[in-house]
Amino acid sequence: MKRLCTILLALALLLPVIPARAASNEITVYNWGQYISDGSDGYLDVIAAFEEATGIHVNYLTYDSNESLYTKLKTGGSTYDVIIPSDYMIGRLIEEDMLLELNFDNIPNYQYVDEAFRNTAYDPENRYSVPYTWGTVGIIYNTKYVDEADVGSWDLLWNSKYAGKILMFDNNRDAFAIAEALLGYSLNTTDEATLRQCAQKLVEQKPILQGHVMDQIYARMEREEAWIAPYYAGDYLYMVEENPALAFNFPEEGFNIFIDAMCIPKGAANKEGAEAFINFLCSPEICGQNLEYLGYSSPLSAAKDYMDPELAQDPIAYPSDETLARGESFSALPTETSQLMDSLWLQVKTAGSDVTAYLIAAAVLVAAAAALTLGLKLRRRRRLAQRGISRRMNQA
Amino acid sequence: MKRNGLLWPYVAWMTLFTLIPLGVVVYYAFTDSLTGAFTLANLSHLGTYLPIFLRSIFLSLASSAICLVVGYPVAYTIAQARPSRQRLLSMLLMLPMCMSFLLRTLAWVAMLEDTGILNQLLGSLGIGPLPLIRTNGAVILGMVYNYLPYMILPLYTVIMKIDPRLIEAAQDLGCNGRQVFAQVTLPLSVPGIISGLTMVFVPAVSTFYISQKLGSTGTTMIGDVIESQFKTAYNPNLGAALSLVMMILIFLCIGFMNRFTDQEEGVMTL
Repeated sequence: MKRLCTILLALALLLPVIPARAASNEITVYNWGQYISDGSDGYLDVIAAFEEATGIHVNYLTYDSNESLYTKLKTGGSTYDVIIPSDYMIGRLIEEDMLLELNFDNIPNYQYVDEAFRNTAYDPENRYSVPYTWGTVGIIYNTKYVDEADVGSWDLLWNSKYAGKILMFDNNRDAFAIAEALLGYSLNTTDEATLRQCAQKLVEQKPILQGHVMDQIYARMEREEAWIAPYYAGDYLYMVEENPALAFNFPEEGFNIFIDAMCIPKGAANKEGAEAFINFLCSPEICGQNLEYLGYSSPLSAAKDYMDPELAQDPIAYPSDETLARGESFSALPTETSQLMDSLWLQVKTAGSDVTAYLIAAAVLVAAAAALTLGLKLRRRRRLAQRGISRRMNQA
Repeated sequence: MKRNGLLWPYVAWMTLFTLIPLGVVVYYAFTDSLTGAFTLANLSHLGTYLPIFLRSIFLSLASSAICLVVGYPVAYTIAQARPSRQRLLSMLLMLPMCMSFLLRTLAWVAMLEDTGILNQLLGSLGIGPLPLIRTNGAVILGMVYNYLPYMILPLYTVIMKIDPRLIEAAQDLGCNGRQVFAQVTLPLSVPGIISGLTMVFVPAVSTFYISQKLGSTGTTMIGDVIESQFKTAYNPNLGAALSLVMMILIFLCIGFMNRFTDQEEGVMTL
């Protein structure tokens, strides 16, 4: 299986990029999992509404982290028309010249985007991206099992009282941000020693973790298989509908504020269709109904008129300025820092095994195999010898 | 020599889909991810992954051994049954393989979880939730469950083909049932044991899905690391280097196991 994948991937790298089909009535949207209102529970089916309004057919695919999106774009072989990465990943994609400039004549609804979400650090001239949502990262916990007194700091994720019931992000940027916040560093540090210290902190956490997960968090938290997990506030609002025992906390040390924005990657087959899609999602009415389902915060104040007023005033979706002051947004890291973080993250994921135990086990197995070989050889020799003796005896 | 002409579709297939990609893997394993220059750096990090290699090998050897112990009696029983029943039994054996491998593994997750079916049953009997999932045992269980048919089928084929006259001869010469088994049936089924072990060990050692679903943060296998290099970390060079080493290790293991068959055949022909 693995070898097959490797081979296919290698082949994909070999092949020249297949010319994109110039289908005028089709776009491919590549979005996070569970990140668009899909018509369930009586909410609006955004994609169906778009197809009906424009006649453009949407191929909809999902990923589970910015890093897997980046890898997919880098390895090539597939074309996407609309992608929705987060701030720091947009910065990286712009830096590596992987995005197309948008034609804002086709996106008139951009006028509704709030001033606060324009001229951002990742796209200072507003050339490549249109914000989709924004939100915060905090701790989701189950009030049935978690003592309120333990809540308040990121160190809840290191609390061995809840060993085996804690989940952690399965992507390096979000995971390191938590260690950085806990240890009192900036979420955008490029200092190698600091990052190593954070990696160490993440290794310490491993024995009490249930696992590193992304989209699986919904099922595990809702079914109470896990009790504590850091995740995006918008997803908490979605999960709490399924399990009212869940609660959300903005950790005191600070947390990440993110913006996810719609972009068009280079190689897009239908740029105009993609711009029509972006424009559609930017209309206050659609945005309001979409985000009412998602629970994420809206970068369009006008969209709040189309939402349930309770959500529009929700202190978790739209925290107070005082709370937001503790937040910090991600900026794109230099390539060396990204690579260091990648390799440190790999170390974190693979650390924590007892080498000696496996060495002993392997040695025992090898010894057993060697003994078996030797035994078989000896037996064969003895048999040969015996046959030789009996033959000679017969001759005598 | 003319008959060799029939081989060319396979040779073309092999070249296109095995040899060339293999060359690409080797190329990536020895080049730098940023500059594309020749480097040994990808391979020099292998020491870091030694524990993971060892763990992968240990877990898959353990599951191969369990498959053998569980599978041999099954294969033996099927081979002894009436021909019509043999067909039915081997069909039943294949039946679970008709279902998706991923689905079967996910089903085990639903069974073993802390809030899963087994623990709910135990809970209703007053036994607290047991740590069933996210252990080495769960990973081995997943491997045994998924790969057991690959052990039974070659064993069954080999045992079925053992000449019954050899067993009758042994009985005539005064062997009791246990001796017949130990001195005739078992030695003659060694080729089946070897191919069964290989067919379980090779997919098990490179698996990544089972360890991700049933394992813990401490049971990462080499397949997981390779997958992450291609899926999220975007370091195909390191991934290729690890795949290459994995492949060499698998070849060594197969070569080592094949030594047993050669020797046994040597004994037999004498």
